[in-house]
Amino acid sequence: MEIAHHPPTATGLDNRKLGFWTFIGSETLFFGSLISTYMVYKGAAVTGPYPHEVLNIPVTSVSTFVLLTSSLAMVLALNAVQRGSRAGTLTWLLATAIGGLIFLGFQAYEFTTFVHEGLTIQTNVFGSAFYVLTGFHGAHVSVGVLWLLTLAALTAMGKIGREDSLKVEIAGLYWHFVDVVWIVIFTLIYLIP
Amino acid sequence: MATAEAVAGGAAHGHHEELSFVRKYIFSTDHKIIGIQFLFTCLVFLAVGGLLAMMIRWQLGFPGQPLPGAGVLGEARAPGGIILPEFYNSLVTMHGTFMIFFAIMPLLVGVYANYLIPLKLGAPDMAFPTLNMMSFWVFVASGVVMLASLFVTGGAAGAGWTVYAPLSAVPDYTGVYLGQQLWVVSIVLFGASSLLGSVNYITTVINMRAPGMTLFRMPLSIWALFITAILALLAVPVLAGAVIMLLFDQTIGTTFFLPADGGQPLLWQHLFWFFGHPEVYILILPAMGIVSDVIANGSRKPIFGYHSMVFAIIAIAFLGWIVWGHHMFQSGMNPLLGTSFMISTMAIAVPSAIKVFNWLGTMWRGNIQFHTPMLNAVGFVALFTIGGLSGIFMASNTVDVFIHDTYFIVAHIHYVLFGGSLFGIFAAIYFWFPKMFGRMMNETWGKIHFALTFILYNLVFFPMHILGMGGHMRRIYDPTEYEFLQRFQGMNEFITVSAFLLFVAQIPFLVNFFWSLFRGEKAGENPWHDNGLEWTTPSPPPHGNFATAPTVYHGPYEFSHPEAEEDFLPQNQPLGGG
Repeated sequence: MEIAHHPPTATGLDNRKLGFWTFIGSETLFFGSLISTYMVYKGAAVTGPYPHEVLNIPVTSVSTFVLLTSSLAMVLALNAVQRGSRAGTLTWLLATAIGGLIFLGFQAYEFTTFVHEGLTIQTNVFGSAFYVLTGFHGAHVSVGVLWLLTLAALTAMGKIGREDSLKVEIAGLYWHFVDVVWIVIFTLIYLIP
Repeated sequence: MATAEAVAGGAAHGHHEELSFVRKYIFSTDHKIIGIQFLFTCLVFLAVGGLLAMMIRWQLGFPGQPLPGAGVLGEARAPGGIILPEFYNSLVTMHGTFMIFFAIMPLLVGVYANYLIPLKLGAPDMAFPTLNMMSFWVFVASGVVMLASLFVTGGAAGAGWTVYAPLSAVPDYTGVYLGQQLWVVSIVLFGASSLLGSVNYITTVINMRAPGMTLFRMPLSIWALFITAILALLAVPVLAGAVIMLLFDQTIGTTFFLPADGGQPLLWQHLFWFFGHPEVYILILPAMGIVSDVIANGSRKPIFGYHSMVFAIIAIAFLGWIVWGHHMFQSGMNPLLGTSFMISTMAIAVPSAIKVFNWLGTMWRGNIQFHTPMLNAVGFVALFTIGGLSGIFMASNTVDVFIHDTYFIVAHIHYVLFGGSLFGIFAAIYFWFPKMFGRMMNETWGKIHFALTFILYNLVFFPMHILGMGGHMRRIYDPTEYEFLQRFQGMNEFITVSAFLLFVAQIPFLVNFFWSLFRGEKAGENPWHDNGLEWTTPSPPPHGNFATAPTVYHGPYEFSHPEAEEDFLPQNQPLGGG
């Protein structure tokens, strides 16, 4: 395979993997700025609706469960591509993407419900911080879904084999990162009173 | 992935097919061409920033008098050549913005991280050449948006380069509408460019070192650029998050930084300076690294205390994360918090002093060659020391009560950013010009440029300390409106005239630069008799850099080794072998 022999690296790690980890480091600080903004404004809204009036913890727990389960599917997709199982790779990539889509559907439902209850991005600092933080997270999930679907399409066309497992692995790094960020967001916004 | 193919294509095979002009010089993926593209682009931005500064100085030296030729700026900015207050606010904002984001930072990082990292580490190119190209073109887009904002209705951003909210969040407060939003868009693009660059630099330094190039054999310039890339990687996204929230405040009616609806202006300051202080070190650390390389070369001695230099860089970078509050002593922050920020800030004096003493120790009893890069490097040490000492004043939160927001601060930042970073950049340009373009810059004119710049620079910025101690506020439109500042008007005029001369003194540099591009004396492989791997390649180095991957036998500062034949020993030559 032509692509397989990139130059040996000083550490033995693949450049793409190392580069992607540094990118995740940068993303962490980006979400850090939005999360700390949310925390600074926790309880600071001067007009309603207030968080406890709108947040629906049971519903979001379901979508959280789906998103976290999709990380398991992602692990299985990587395992399948490393074993060289095209059917397994395709199945689990699609399962991961569907998990992401379900999560996004829940988020769309949540946003519309909130707007009906009178909480828009302009209403108060809670609304501003909530929509910007969860909205940026949702945008990251959307990018991840598109990425996974692209990989799935390439797999279906037979263009991703065992030697390309790194491509799936890096998409997996991204997906797990987005999940971890959601764990932090879910805990801080929904679970801590 | 395309990037991986490019790496494989660039490295594994020795041959290189001829590339078309567009692929070779415009959408190039060669780190050297990208570095040179950054150099030319940033010199334009540096000139823009300088021109804006000249207009600021005219207004301060001769307030209310028509600036010759300024009539072309139009009725909305300078009717009859007289600079309007709103336009003056834009001038101050855009001077800071252009100098920090589009001149100093990319001149150090965009130019020299790109050009030097692969060459000095013995790599054929960056880890991700395609991302590198994108980084440059996104930077150009960001710069074009910022330039365009100068010409929109309502003028360019006018809330200062620190864009403090709520001044920046409510367009009615400054009268600037589109300009302030374009500022944000430009900075987001800039952040994307910086991110692509940082990922590349970090990966390349960790992964692309030639055999034998251990971390502690890397030149200090590479160490500094590496640590700088980590700072930029982690600091710039915080700015991106903050300006996105600011943009939402300006456009879609969020209330992040608007106190009437529960928002906090102080949060803007925290987020901004959490980025902004690491940014200060992004602007100075690469210059420190470059100066270390040049001073060792000019002194023909190993750098004094190499390991302590590396750890000082790391210590400065680490401390840079926990001192942002010293920009906010007077903001109403908890005084106890202010005290802890004061202590952490004072602690930075220790690694900074280590560096200064090590530079002096390197020069001590050296066989000093005062070539132009060396003169600029020594100028850096002198002026950075003054800037560092004035920094100690404002780090003390009690002293800062008196000098904050005065010209003392303006003097300090210019001693560090102009006297420090820009002299470092001049040292770098003179030093690596022969490698970049294959020709030497004229030494005589280089020395004239250095002498004029050094003297005039001090005439411009040293008196600002005195203005500041006298209570002269920064960013004011007309100092003669204040009775207690009227006695300073003579000094303001003196500074303005000196500033104009300083601007004119850059003409020898520009002429020298462009004349040398075409007519300069041909440079050999190693005109400065240096040890870095870049000097073992032809000038300019070919696509792919090294005919065969070099092997590194020792550190980069083996000058005047008693057992070596000459007074230098390139890193790819073992002692006694060769």
